[in-house]
Amino acid sequence: MAEPQTLTTPDGVPLKRALARAQARARRRAFLLVAPLLLFVIVTFLVPIGQMLHRSVYNDSFAANMPRLTAWFATTEPDTPPDDAAWEALALDLRAAAEARTVGVVGTRVNYDLPGTRSLFTATGRKARSFQAPWREALLAADADWADPMLWSTMRQAARSYSPNFFLAALDLTRDARGAIVAVPQDRQVYVALFQRTFTLAALITVLCVLLGFPVAHLLATLPLRWSNLLMILVLLPFWTSLLVRTTSWIVLLQGQGVINNSLVATGLLADDGRLSLIYNQTGTIIAMTHVLLPFTILPLYSVMRPIPPSYVRAARSLGATSWTAFRRVYLPQTLPGIGAGALLVFILAVGYYITPALVGGASGQLISNLIAFHMTDSLNWSLAAALAAILLGLVLILYWLYDRLVGIDNLKLG
Amino acid sequence: MALPAHASPLERLWRRVFHLLCALILLFLIAPILIVIPLSFNAEPFFTFTEKMLALDPTGYSLRWYDLLMTFGMFAPDAPRDAAWWADMWANSTWLRAAKNSIIIGVFSTLLATFLGTLAALGLSRPEMPFRRAVMAILISPMIVPIIIVATGLFFFYSATGLAGSYLGVILAHATLGIPFVIITVTATLVGFDKSLTRAAASLGASPATTFFKVTLPLILPGVVSGALFAFVTSFDEVVVVLFVAAHDQQTIPRQMWNGIREQISPAILAVATILVVISVALLATVEILRRRSEQLRGVTPG
Repeated sequence: MAEPQTLTTPDGVPLKRALARAQARARRRAFLLVAPLLLFVIVTFLVPIGQMLHRSVYNDSFAANMPRLTAWFATTEPDTPPDDAAWEALALDLRAAAEARTVGVVGTRVNYDLPGTRSLFTATGRKARSFQAPWREALLAADADWADPMLWSTMRQAARSYSPNFFLAALDLTRDARGAIVAVPQDRQVYVALFQRTFTLAALITVLCVLLGFPVAHLLATLPLRWSNLLMILVLLPFWTSLLVRTTSWIVLLQGQGVINNSLVATGLLADDGRLSLIYNQTGTIIAMTHVLLPFTILPLYSVMRPIPPSYVRAARSLGATSWTAFRRVYLPQTLPGIGAGALLVFILAVGYYITPALVGGASGQLISNLIAFHMTDSLNWSLAAALAAILLGLVLILYWLYDRLVGIDNLKLG
Repeated sequence: MALPAHASPLERLWRRVFHLLCALILLFLIAPILIVIPLSFNAEPFFTFTEKMLALDPTGYSLRWYDLLMTFGMFAPDAPRDAAWWADMWANSTWLRAAKNSIIIGVFSTLLATFLGTLAALGLSRPEMPFRRAVMAILISPMIVPIIIVATGLFFFYSATGLAGSYLGVILAHATLGIPFVIITVTATLVGFDKSLTRAAASLGASPATTFFKVTLPLILPGVVSGALFAFVTSFDEVVVVLFVAAHDQQTIPRQMWNGIREQISPAILAVATILVVISVALLATVEILRRRSEQLRGVTPG
């Protein structure tokens, strides 16, 4: 018998190694094709979002503008009553901040955690130039509120640039004078209720989309291709039409003097003073968002229903099942992957929706995204906006991961 | 699927009800899009059908809102419509300026997204691609992450890097948002792509570049063009990022519409909406034709 000999390429390289090298080269080539885009997405997408997340735990507007007091807080234990050094640091910092015109920034930062204190900072800042030792008396003469232990505790919290306090605020929590985490007063609790509303409305819209999408997908899947392709246009056209156009249309249809109310009044079904308020409230958000997201359930349902052979239901019928039983026990279970894919996608998209609620939602139809936008553009509490965005992002990413596990991103289809 | 001859009366009735239900749902889908078309020709500043319109009286209809789209923002809208008037309109009409901005941003972001996205889709559909699933998840995520989060992140990032208020900033952002669509459509075209074609080309002596341009690209071109159209529509319809990172005078069509809806909604918005609906019908038709062409090219049966 011949000795077992290693197979080699013509240049004498063992075949195994040559193959491994070729495979490594193929892997590298595939990766190099993807690399430019990956780099692009990292720079224009992942880095900005990462920076925003950083901002949700980092805010140095107190530490940067009140350095002496920040240093005093760093060297003393929590709960230390302010001593002479502290009062001097506060007075000098306020004077410096007033000269640099940053006292408002500091006041705003403290105001986030202790509402009503911004004017204390700005008013005292205006008098700070004339402060003389003894500092404590000078400050208390300017405003007696400076003696408030709650204020000192809040300033100590704000002096820490890295803190979870914005996440606490985003969950309707705050810290008391001793730094313990407590719930904010009932009348200032907004965020948890808003998250709940967002999820309830998203779930309701998802259910509506599945209920409305299922019959249409079934019809499209059972019609001959020629007809279903034609009807499919009716599903795809909204998909291609601008979101703002669709929202405008709903305003036109639903508003008080709109097409639907006018038709109902004209036909006598509705009294003129009893016009339905269908828009600028939750109803408007639900109707418009269901319309916008409905194609996202019909398309995956259709692609799951199309290959289901009709002979299964026929077999069930011939074995004595009623049409309802045949549907429930034979047809419906086969469509579950489509229902899951469509529902999950709609829910993910609905939870983060912004444009439609902002335009037709009124006050009661706003979702969490709208509050993030409010804190970004109106209240300018960017750290709180970032904390809310981080919570929303975390929830969406969990759902996205679930979608990838259950459905697979590769199966995402667009028409 | 026709009902068998032995179907019971109840089943026949149910079938009727089912068809009616489907017709109503399809009406729900399509009616809001079609309703703006007749209303945009309203002679009155109302959002509802006037009696004249319902009676099909020609005086109930007019093109005044389309005219307003041209004249709004002009220096001398009432001047006689000579060459100077048209030049004024071309230079100063608010909506026209918004349209120009939208097209510039849309075209460049589409080119960027299509080029990078197609390249990446080619890599992603190779079986030897490492970390395929994770990379795909990252590249698709701009479609999933709520737009307000993207806009917030870009606002901070662009303020720090000086891209805020620039065309480049908006173009880069819109390219990122369009990329998932390019990847999804191009990878869908590459599924079932016959690898023996490229091998045949290589065995006949074609270089990888020749193989790509002469064999692969013509076959995937319909998918690439569909993806590009998706990316363009995404950019053309995007308003939140523009609101957050664009300069105040950088108006685009969606931003102009957004302002119009929030402040004083006038039937001029409906005229814009009608034009956009016509554009989307044209785009949908193009994509359908491309899809059929792609199926023919690849020998896949439709469906």
